Amino acid sequence: MKISRFFKTILMTDFANGLLIAIKEMFKAKKTINYPFEKGKISPRFRGEHALRRYPNGEERCIACKLCEAVCPAQAITIESYERSDGSRKTTRYDIDMLKCIYCGLCEESCPVDAIVQGPNYEFATETREEMYYNKEKLLENGDRWENILAANIKADEPYR
Amino acid sequence: MIEYFNILFGEVYKILFLLIPVLTAVAMIVWLDRRVWAFVQKRKGPNVVGPFGLFQSLADALKYMFKEIIIPASSNKIIFILAPIVTMTLALVAWAVIPFGENFVISDINVGILYIFAVSSLGVYGIIMGGWASNSKYPFLGSIRSAAQMVSYEVSIGIIVINVLLCVGSLNLTDIVLAQKEIWFIIPLFPMFVIFFISALAETNRPPFDLPEAEAELVAGYQTEYSGMMYAMFWLGEYANILLMCAMGSILFLGGWLTPLNFFPFDQIPSPVWFILKILFLFLLFALVKAIVPRYRYDQLMKLGWKIFLPFSLVWLVITASYLFYFDLLPVGKQ
Repeated sequence: MKISRFFKTILMTDFANGLLIAIKEMFKAKKTINYPFEKGKISPRFRGEHALRRYPNGEERCIACKLCEAVCPAQAITIESYERSDGSRKTTRYDIDMLKCIYCGLCEESCPVDAIVQGPNYEFATETREEMYYNKEKLLENGDRWENILAANIKADEPYR
Repeated sequence: MIEYFNILFGEVYKILFLLIPVLTAVAMIVWLDRRVWAFVQKRKGPNVVGPFGLFQSLADALKYMFKEIIIPASSNKIIFILAPIVTMTLALVAWAVIPFGENFVISDINVGILYIFAVSSLGVYGIIMGGWASNSKYPFLGSIRSAAQMVSYEVSIGIIVINVLLCVGSLNLTDIVLAQKEIWFIIPLFPMFVIFFISALAETNRPPFDLPEAEAELVAGYQTEYSGMMYAMFWLGEYANILLMCAMGSILFLGGWLTPLNFFPFDQIPSPVWFILKILFLFLLFALVKAIVPRYRYDQLMKLGWKIFLPFSLVWLVITASYLFYFDLLPVGKQ
């Protein structure tokens, strides 16, 4: 046993084996994704940038129940509401501080009308802090922009909710 | 006066003719190093800037040039600035005696190997100066480690070189290469080649002997306080040193510029090409080793240097000398 170990050390067999393995590995397929050019696949549940959705007739879904505001662990959401002339409750203000947000998805989960959702977009870095304070217009705009994907994602996730 | 300028410009021209390719090669070799390392780990490595990412090092150099150089308030400013300059200069100066072909060398001095040895020993000073002048814990510890490590492994490299010199009978690098026309020294002196390679890893602070800049313990070792172009110069010096060690390995053991296939289509290839191919081969080994080995502990490093390599190369020196003496092959006696 000891002698075989001695020869192993002297002849550096482990080292030679390692070198061979390294050379073999060099020619295997690479696992890298060339990020800005290729992107990884994301699940329908992916919790990215927030969006406020509308009904197909253009009506905002949000009913200002403030469940999301209450559930938000980072207290990133601020909502103010008023009663519209037809008696329904609507938001005058819906702000999310995207820098406070921890992207836990609880707002999306708590929403009874699927109004606030987290979309598949994760590339919304900005140059200033102020741009990360999202207001209602920005969120609705996001909703309009991503509506097709958002609807498809919610549908795909339906059986598991 | 005009004659003087003619000679001066002739020399400057020769030096530029060597320096510019060497510096370009250093940039390319950094890219190659990163690429090989990435490939072994199934990554792609730098592949965006230029074809295959070849210009990555140039982009990095540009970035370093525009970065602010921060000099710590408590540092010894003169030595702090001098350290990277010393490292880089010494790494480049040694190239003066490296022969790329027969009569294809800047200065064909007859103690070439001693010169290289002296200059590469001086290289420790750049690191010690950098570590000491930074006046901070980690650079200091890093430079102490580096000094001890480089001095220890220089001893065994010295004895390995004596092994080769015994077979050649000359200190001139051109003579050393020409003595390998019959057989490259890697075949009779194979164990010495292995030890030389490992010592060269230690000498240039490459993994598994990268203790001076062990990032897990010492942040970045002696480079911690450096930024911008000064950091880049340390880097450049380090890779120029690695290249120099590869060149030395190919001159001492792989027959320098000599062609391995001495028949028609291959003996027409110019000699520098063979030399560069051999350097590249050795560098590829350097890069592969970096990818597969874990870092040595410091006492293991010292034990390996002083208790294993030094006695082993000394014993091999006695064996070589006795063999040459017994079979009357000593090169000096014959002349």
